[in-house]
Amino acid sequence: MTVLEKGVALPHTVSDKPFDPDAIYQYTDAQRALFEASQLELMWRKFCRHRLALISLIFLGFLYFTTLISEILAPYNLHTRNINFIHAPPQTIHLFHDGQLRAPFVHGYRYKLNMENLKREYEADSTKIEPIRFFCSGDPYEFWGFFAWDFHLVCPAEDGTLFLLGTDRLGRDVFSRIVYGARISLTIGLLGTMVSLALGIFIGGLAGYYGGLFDVLTQRLIEVIQSIPSMPLWLALAAILPITWSPLFVYFGITVILGLLDWTGLARTVRSKLLSLREEDYISAAQVMGASSGRIIFRHLVPGFASHLIATATLAIPTMILGETTLSFLGLGLRPPITSWGVLLTEAQNINAVALYPWLLWPVLPVILVVLAYNFLGDGMRDAADPYK
Amino acid sequence: MVSYITRRILLMIPTLAIISALIFAIIEAPPGDYFESYIAELQAQGESVDTARIQNLRKEYGFDKPPVERYFYWVAGMLVGDFGYSFAYELPVTDVVGDRLFLTILVSFATILFTWIVAFPIGVYSATHQYSWGDYGFTFLGLIGLAIPNFILALVLMYLANVWFGTSIGGLMDPQFVNQPMSWDKFVSILHHLWIPVIVIGTAGTAGMIRRIRANLLDELQKQYVVTARAKGLHPLRALVKYPLRLSLNFFIADIGSLLPAIISGAEVTAIVLSLETTGPLLIQALKTQDMYLAGSFLMFLSFLTVIGVLISDIALAYLDPRIRLGGGAYK
Repeated sequence: MTVLEKGVALPHTVSDKPFDPDAIYQYTDAQRALFEASQLELMWRKFCRHRLALISLIFLGFLYFTTLISEILAPYNLHTRNINFIHAPPQTIHLFHDGQLRAPFVHGYRYKLNMENLKREYEADSTKIEPIRFFCSGDPYEFWGFFAWDFHLVCPAEDGTLFLLGTDRLGRDVFSRIVYGARISLTIGLLGTMVSLALGIFIGGLAGYYGGLFDVLTQRLIEVIQSIPSMPLWLALAAILPITWSPLFVYFGITVILGLLDWTGLARTVRSKLLSLREEDYISAAQVMGASSGRIIFRHLVPGFASHLIATATLAIPTMILGETTLSFLGLGLRPPITSWGVLLTEAQNINAVALYPWLLWPVLPVILVVLAYNFLGDGMRDAADPYK
Repeated sequence: MVSYITRRILLMIPTLAIISALIFAIIEAPPGDYFESYIAELQAQGESVDTARIQNLRKEYGFDKPPVERYFYWVAGMLVGDFGYSFAYELPVTDVVGDRLFLTILVSFATILFTWIVAFPIGVYSATHQYSWGDYGFTFLGLIGLAIPNFILALVLMYLANVWFGTSIGGLMDPQFVNQPMSWDKFVSILHHLWIPVIVIGTAGTAGMIRRIRANLLDELQKQYVVTARAKGLHPLRALVKYPLRLSLNFFIADIGSLLPAIISGAEVTAIVLSLETTGPLLIQALKTQDMYLAGSFLMFLSFLTVIGVLISDIALAYLDPRIRLGGGAYK
């Protein structure tokens, strides 16, 4: 800062560069990119700022990708029973043998039946080295039920075993079953949400757009449904599914059940959004210009709340995943041979399993991670979809 | 106030009517009835079937009549305190339910208290220390609580309680107190067992509650009167306690409406895992065997509990908040 002194002329401040009156309207590249970005681009940018949501998106994307190639990723087939390894504990992967670095391997198991308490005891035999094979042929399977193949990403050594997370009471590899279980557990939430989304948009849309008696009635119905504890109702609905149904039918039945009780929240969102959007000037303008109801709803109203709706739906998915897990755990949900994480957890149903075979609890980890990821993702999407934030 | 309460109680009637219709439709939906599966079971065991007795029972409970008629028969019975007959237990439903309903209420009530005691200070802390490490930490803990399936948490806690404190596995009291009259020792024993289900059921609800309190209080703290109070030099604590906290207390009570269904839901599942003598295990058994009056009345009891809980919270809210008491925005 210049120091002003008495009697001395002020320093001359006029720039001698040519004056451009439009300079203020010239944007930098960054500004132009921001101002000319479409709504979708803006949302994506806002979404990227939410780190956890972005990480969750990548994580979930990866998990969904794995469901496409579960057969290849899992070292064992879903139903392979290793009769000699029942309730075997997890094997750890080693890299060093006698102080020497070598390809990843596991120690083979020495099996002993404890005659005192009849417990199967497995002991890692540090002399038995079973190197893990990569890109190998192993347990045969049918890829998506289409053709037989035996290619795996990792397989146990020839005549060896690879139980990364131990085995269950039939000697089936828990890790492989978790990989396969993702297929059902991850899709059941999506399908269920689609059911509830369809119901929610339809009922909430009608209530919001037409209002009147229908609106009052649906509002009461939603309040009633929300006031009933959902789990007993889920149980009751799941008990309806006939035992004679094939497991695949039961799977679809469960998705519908999960969706049937969950639409209320979405319907409310749709209705309140529609009610507030209906009063906007641009809707009145469209009406005055003679647009039909269908055009107004789908051209003007739906884009206005679609992003918000998707975010709300995303937050509904984890509830459904947990719901399926609980129903299956209680024996009212999916049934083997359909394998979901909930079905896997039925193995750990009693206190003995927790005490003696704690590795049977592993399927709970993907459940927790997926539920967390969906929550973060939904949060990020909701923030991104809100233009006023 | 009186008119408000009357109005709320009158509003309960259509709600309960819809609930009862819904429940009846659900338990009526599976093909066949209890007697069919009962007969099949007897025949499978090679026992003779007393057809005359079963026909009698069928007739007595109106299974030869159309469903609509049976529905009204069931509702009319409930109005005079006759909740039907449990075929599996061969006892009136009220006798089967008895104690169990009391224990369900006890567990639910303890869980609500737990949720409040935990959620309130944490929620207030998170709101006043927004974006601090504590805030993030509690949010994360809450989310974890939300994400862990109840039944796994129950199993693991039960195991740890047994290993660390020697608490007997399963049940809500030590085995020697079952079927004993209430005594001080029994009460203490119940307290020893109660904390596991309370924590398990409470975790999910607590997480949601913390988030809602935080959001609510944050909105309030940004309002101009708080800023003015702070600008005039009021102590931060006083500026917090005097109005914003009081307002969020209202919300606290109003939130029972969404808390209670979640707690009762969680209580059912947890009870099955922990084999508590509450309604959960009995309900699932009744559903599986199509013991329809027992299942239906159970569902009805649970819904009734929730509706009553919401009613009480609404009345308490009206008492605390003059805006609601005086009719403006009494319902959404």
